[in-house]
Amino acid sequence: MQLYLPIAEVSVNAFLILGLGGIVGFLSGMFGVGGGFLITPLLFFIGVPPAVAVATGANQVVASSVSGVLAQLRRKGVDFTMGWVLLVGGFVGSAIGVWVFRLMTEAGQVDLFVQLSYVIFLGLIGAMMFQESLRSLLRSRKPGTPIRRSHVHSWVHGLPFKMKFRASGLYISVIPPLAVGALVGFLAAIMGVGGGFIMVPAMIYLLGMPTKVVIGTSLFQIIFVTAFTTVMHALTSQTVDMLLALLLILGGVVGAQIGSRVGMRLKAEQLRILLSLLVLAVSGRIAIDLLVTPGELYSVAPGVLP
Amino acid sequence: MIGARVLRALALTLAVGFGVPAAGQEQIVAGMSQNRVSITADFDGSEILIYGAVKRDAPAPQDAGQLEVIVTVEGPATPVTVRRKDRVAGIWLNNAQVRVDSAPSFYAVATTGPLRHILSDTENLRHAITIERVIRAIGIASEADKAGEFILALLRVRTNEGRYRILEGKVELSEDTLFRTDIVLPANLTEGEYKVRLFLLRDRKVVASQERVIGVRKEGLERFIFNMAHEQPLIYGLLSLVLAALAGWGASAMFRLIRV
Repeated sequence: MQLYLPIAEVSVNAFLILGLGGIVGFLSGMFGVGGGFLITPLLFFIGVPPAVAVATGANQVVASSVSGVLAQLRRKGVDFTMGWVLLVGGFVGSAIGVWVFRLMTEAGQVDLFVQLSYVIFLGLIGAMMFQESLRSLLRSRKPGTPIRRSHVHSWVHGLPFKMKFRASGLYISVIPPLAVGALVGFLAAIMGVGGGFIMVPAMIYLLGMPTKVVIGTSLFQIIFVTAFTTVMHALTSQTVDMLLALLLILGGVVGAQIGSRVGMRLKAEQLRILLSLLVLAVSGRIAIDLLVTPGELYSVAPGVLP
Repeated sequence: MIGARVLRALALTLAVGFGVPAAGQEQIVAGMSQNRVSITADFDGSEILIYGAVKRDAPAPQDAGQLEVIVTVEGPATPVTVRRKDRVAGIWLNNAQVRVDSAPSFYAVATTGPLRHILSDTENLRHAITIERVIRAIGIASEADKAGEFILALLRVRTNEGRYRILEGKVELSEDTLFRTDIVLPANLTEGEYKVRLFLLRDRKVVASQERVIGVRKEGLERFIFNMAHEQPLIYGLLSLVLAALAGWGASAMFRLIRV
């Protein structure tokens, strides 16, 4: 069934979009990532203009995150205190990110900048997660070896302004979560994504949060970051396509519910290995685009650069 | 066939109706199967029949060359940026760009024969018939090396997208009087006024021309969403969020019902 999208101004197959939303929603519910880093490139691929893809992708992520958080909420997987602290940092980082993004746009290399940050950050995080989770998976198979503590005390725990994060079972300074939030907000603004794929490993490895609450808390703060992005895009460039978003959402919310149920059956290490493989795959795909000679060297964009 | 019926009706009109055309000249009487296209939610492209007849007061001149017809359809023009990727330090990145002042979002040229046989360069320049002549790119030479290649790339990319079409030999001309052609408008159509131009040619020169307009507009739901996005952006943005949140909650609630 072909459907003409009013803002994107392209005709697409409605079932294809529903399917795309479903797949991304499934991954989103399973791993606690918003899925922005998947949905945006996929929309480019089916011919939706980049600006519309980024803005509408953000809107879709709001829906799948709401759905995912509600699913996590029932199993007490959301640390609201931590969520709010991360969010405060996130808005600060996001404001800085928007400013840097504008600087890069003026320099005319924003595409490259975005692609390189995808390759570098996705590649690094994916590799780190893969290595760590593989090691802990192997360890868990071998009985008799000492069980590692969930987190190691380091200089991070000597910082002032300590706060109790009950759901996470942590008593740490607010400075690290604020900094993590700011870093994620900064990257999210630059890369046009919710930032879950950075947030999840940062919460596990930097803050030492238990995997059980990581996904819900990550989704919780992604709702706000992407809601903010959606409204900003709607206001400044009118690039949110409601019809496209609705189709993606319908597929996505169903996918997210299934995904979070599948996720509950998997072990934390398996979940992390799968997420790291996914992140590495996306990173590799973008790296190939940068390295392989493109079939068409020229590209055409309507309108002039700002 | 609609086309055949229209042609018959036209022939009849011509036989009865026209008594006093300008002396010794040939003129175009043209019509279209529709002069407005509505983009609705299920819009999947549209085919427009453009037909016409040559009106003359005297018999067709014997010494002049063969009669030829060119029909062009031009969508609304916008400025475009054409970028070229180069390999810098092993990475392909946008390294050069050219801003084209105005390029149509859609352009189709249908003719009765090969363009270079029926149209001279001077006439092409004067009437801006081929796509190369329609694109306005003044002063691009200063923006990049080999700026001409950017224009060729623009033509190539948009031809591959089906936005630019050259339909040589796709105008049917019968008895040097009646002509018709079908132009397919693609599904990814931009809103606006589509200019239809018809040219009569002899000896590679334009002897008569005419212009018509097809209005392409979004209708219904498409119109409503587009208008709200542009006129009430804040409300539109917030509404998108509410829809997203409701859908998220709805799916969650529904799945809980199924499980319990």
